[in-house]
Amino acid sequence: MTTIITTTTTIKAPRMFDDLVTRATLAGAGLSLATGPLGCFVIWRRMAYFGDATAHAAILGVALALAMDLPVTLGTLVVALAMAATVAGLATRGWAMDTTLGVLSHSALAFGLVAVSYFPTVRSDLSVWLFGDILAVGRGDLMWIWIGAGLVAALIAWRWQALLTATLNEDLAQSSGLNPARERLVLVIALAVVVAVALKLVGALLIAAMLIIPAAAARWLSRGPEAMALLAVLISVISVVLGLQLSLWQDTPAGPSVIVAAAGIFAVLGLVFGRSRG
Amino acid sequence: MNTPLLQAQNICVRLAGTEILHNVALSIAPGEIVTILGPNGSGKSTLLRALLGILALTHGEVRRAPGLRIGYVPQKLMIERTMPLSLRRFLSLPMRVSDAQAARALARVGLEGKGALQMAALSGGQMQRALLARALLAEPQLLILDEPTQGLDQPGEAAFYRLIEEVRAETGAAVLMVSHDLHVVMAASDRVICLNGHICCQGTPQVVSGAPEYRALFGLGTKGALALYRHDHDHEHAGPQDHNCSHDHHHHDHHDHKGAPHV
Repeated sequence: MTTIITTTTTIKAPRMFDDLVTRATLAGAGLSLATGPLGCFVIWRRMAYFGDATAHAAILGVALALAMDLPVTLGTLVVALAMAATVAGLATRGWAMDTTLGVLSHSALAFGLVAVSYFPTVRSDLSVWLFGDILAVGRGDLMWIWIGAGLVAALIAWRWQALLTATLNEDLAQSSGLNPARERLVLVIALAVVVAVALKLVGALLIAAMLIIPAAAARWLSRGPEAMALLAVLISVISVVLGLQLSLWQDTPAGPSVIVAAAGIFAVLGLVFGRSRG
Repeated sequence: MNTPLLQAQNICVRLAGTEILHNVALSIAPGEIVTILGPNGSGKSTLLRALLGILALTHGEVRRAPGLRIGYVPQKLMIERTMPLSLRRFLSLPMRVSDAQAARALARVGLEGKGALQMAALSGGQMQRALLARALLAEPQLLILDEPTQGLDQPGEAAFYRLIEEVRAETGAAVLMVSHDLHVVMAASDRVICLNGHICCQGTPQVVSGAPEYRALFGLGTKGALALYRHDHDHEHAGPQDHNCSHDHHHHDHHDHKGAPHV
């Protein structure tokens, strides 16, 4: 829960500076392991809204965790899980999703921001929760990020065939003996875990961008689902590296800089490879 | 041989408070080709989905022969353009198959060498064949097809029906399909079932097309010009003794499908 790091002091200490950027890069790379493949499913299933609502709810989780004196990651995980499950449940019940999600997503964000304002330590740096502070990542955080992202990547790899089939066509999946509801649950859990570990890095407003932009950029180059997932990881890692360098060079906020880099890659790949597609 | 593969007993399905299927009973014997006919909203797709176990029954039960392998060809497959998926990769969902198996399945449906094509780039006819190839890889004892010829032109439809017949002849698989066209069913159908929330009538194509229930259901919009299209290319020409049922199946020109009264 450190405040925004004082960039000026760290720049004067080269060794610390290196370590800081290395940690941030490793954190971003770890997160990419999960956001790459998960982002593909978010795109394929058209559930971008879903990532937003879940990420926004995470701020409410921060407030609850602080109020109950629990670890912040646990609070965000629980609330993100509840939100993701609610949204998934509503989606299967065929609600008018556009409106419902708009209401849920933005209310969760507003309630969360109001709730955290009761905690003076948090209130002083609200922007950390909105945009993340990847440069403030400590060794302990790094470990949790890799564990969380590793679990998500392993979960998706384990369910890969079933997830792909259910994403393609739920009837087809069911007639093959799969349970599409279970695969939806897999994605709900994966999303909640990603939100919980990513909140500190890129913040509630940019988690969805981390999911969608690298995967969308990977689409330009891919001929198969596996290639797209792996390329999404790679593009995400490159975005983290480039974004952090941009942030240090121009003294811009780190999280948004990473997204700017990812968007740049998306645009360049689209210009180069987009034309060959119909 | 006569133990049914699939047996539905008095099934009822209610969706959003409306009873879509009421007391439907049917059974599929090994090697049999059964076509379900019905107007829009008659519950054809619902029936297939209930038989497949996708929809919950409000009443009745569906019994399957132990270890029954079903190959399912859905009505249509929307491929998100954001999902890169080659035909070859599609065949390995959800069960991974070897290249040799995939090549055999593609050759069987006339798509040899097309494995590298993207699913989103397939034509309507190719897509139906691709779906069939995937279904065949499970070595099904029962093929279930939901309006497989929707969107195909008549030659395409006839070719697809011939393919189904060949598959049945080779593998002995039973076939249960829904026909999108009320007046054109596959000639090789052993049984046609007329559905409109319940089973109105059933029998061979000829018997059904003469049944008053069938005419009551489908006869109005066509001003009596009903014909069951036959893809049987070497059936004999109708003799004079057949004239009393000449409305029931049209003896079309042997090579020109355009000659069929596709009403």
